[in-house]
Amino acid sequence: MHAVDHTKNSIEISHVSFSYGETEVLRDITFAIHKGDYLGLVGPNGAGKTTLLKIMLGLLAPTSGRVTLFGRDAREFRDWSKIGYVAQKAVNFDKRFPATVFEVVLMGRSGLRGFGRALTREDRAAAERALKTAEMWEHRDRLIGDLSGGEQQRVFIARALVTSPEIIFLDEPTTGVDAQSQEDFYALLRKLNRESQATLVLISHDIDRVLGEAMHIACIDRTLVCHGSPEEYKKEAAAGLEHRHNK
Amino acid sequence: MFFTISQFFEYGFAVRALEAGVVVALLAPLVGMFLVLRRYSLIADTFSHVSLAGLAVGFLLGLHPVLTALGVTVIASLGIEHLRTSQKVYGESALAVFLSGSLALAVVLMGLGKGLNVNLLNYLFGSIVTVTPGDVYLIAALGAIVACTLAVFRKELIYTSFDEESARVSGIRTGFINAVLIVLSAFTVSLSIPVVGVLLISALMVIPVVTALQFKKSFATTVWLAEGISLGATVAGIFLSFAYNLPTGGTIVLIMIGIFLATLLMPKR
Repeated sequence: MHAVDHTKNSIEISHVSFSYGETEVLRDITFAIHKGDYLGLVGPNGAGKTTLLKIMLGLLAPTSGRVTLFGRDAREFRDWSKIGYVAQKAVNFDKRFPATVFEVVLMGRSGLRGFGRALTREDRAAAERALKTAEMWEHRDRLIGDLSGGEQQRVFIARALVTSPEIIFLDEPTTGVDAQSQEDFYALLRKLNRESQATLVLISHDIDRVLGEAMHIACIDRTLVCHGSPEEYKKEAAAGLEHRHNK
Repeated sequence: MFFTISQFFEYGFAVRALEAGVVVALLAPLVGMFLVLRRYSLIADTFSHVSLAGLAVGFLLGLHPVLTALGVTVIASLGIEHLRTSQKVYGESALAVFLSGSLALAVVLMGLGKGLNVNLLNYLFGSIVTVTPGDVYLIAALGAIVACTLAVFRKELIYTSFDEESARVSGIRTGFINAVLIVLSAFTVSLSIPVVGVLLISALMVIPVVTALQFKKSFATTVWLAEGISLGATVAGIFLSFAYNLPTGGTIVLIMIGIFLATLLMPKR
């Protein structure tokens, strides 16, 4: 396992709270994600995991507190090529959308070029590299809607990789994916984290699986319940159970 | 009635209709592609009704009706987008409000203006004789604006249509791109009025695209197929309407529907 660079923070979340109207979703959350980390963001359904992710990505503004990406406020951050994102509903796209695997991965380069600039040979080469990393190159001419759930998810990983991001966010990426494809998918994530030193933030409600994959765990249930190694999480969870049992 | 191609080109009005028709046939599916994929097909229908109010304003004030239709439709398009994004009403409800409201306005304006009904009727279903020399220049100019804007925002429109949230995370200003698409739709509807008429414009934007989608090809190939279907049906429709004295818009749309039905009967792979 490679070392995490604790001197460099990719993301700093500082006293972040968020409410939808009167409903408080997140309260005073503070932690940092270090360069090269593989963080599992876990918690029960409705705990606010996806909301926190959207705040990290600048898609939502916190009610109070601050998130910085690579030292810049998330709302002012513009270097989006450093960020890869696989959305929770990525596999729920319109299956009739007329796009090949290659076209879908190439979409990931759109934000890099700016208005009016056509995609270049360099963009195509990047798409080819990303598809080869995700082991989907041989499927490049197939329509995205014709692939299995597992294959589609690998294509979305390839699209997230196409800008050579420093950090990749994955929101419940294996929902609706069969067991074997899930194994292959997690193997790909390990490879990306260990060989390419990509920082990964994986949101999942499958705590057992994330404990076996991630290097650090942040457990939230509206507030930050714990943040540490999987072993620390297990200890805290056991202590919590014992506390509840003794009550 | 039979006629030769050379006979067709002897008539200035027929040539003008063909010139305008080719521009409209090439542009309508390009914009329609994004509307269909984003489930915005009804926007074209709403804009066609809005443009009717715009035409009535033009006739009433003695201005070029297509230009007033363009102005009213663009203003309405921005209003619809504002209502939709502000989430004060459901998206389709915003369309219903503008569709019925603009139709009501058109009816009232028609009641106010004497002889307005006759002029408006020419624009309702399109006619080969409605295309004036000025219309051809106007359609070409508006068409050039639409084509250039599409070229500039092509990759952003594709990504936003496929996955808006990921497009936003990649740095694309999706709110702006959505507004661009809506305004482009308003332009396309307005420039199509003299050729197919107000009530059939949405068919020109939607049917070639849904037909091309039946072939299940890549995005690029689907666009080319839609372009081919639209161009073929429009040119054939204009020739047939000239030969048999038929309404141009209706003829074009019926040919498109014929092609669509034929693709549905094709064996699926």
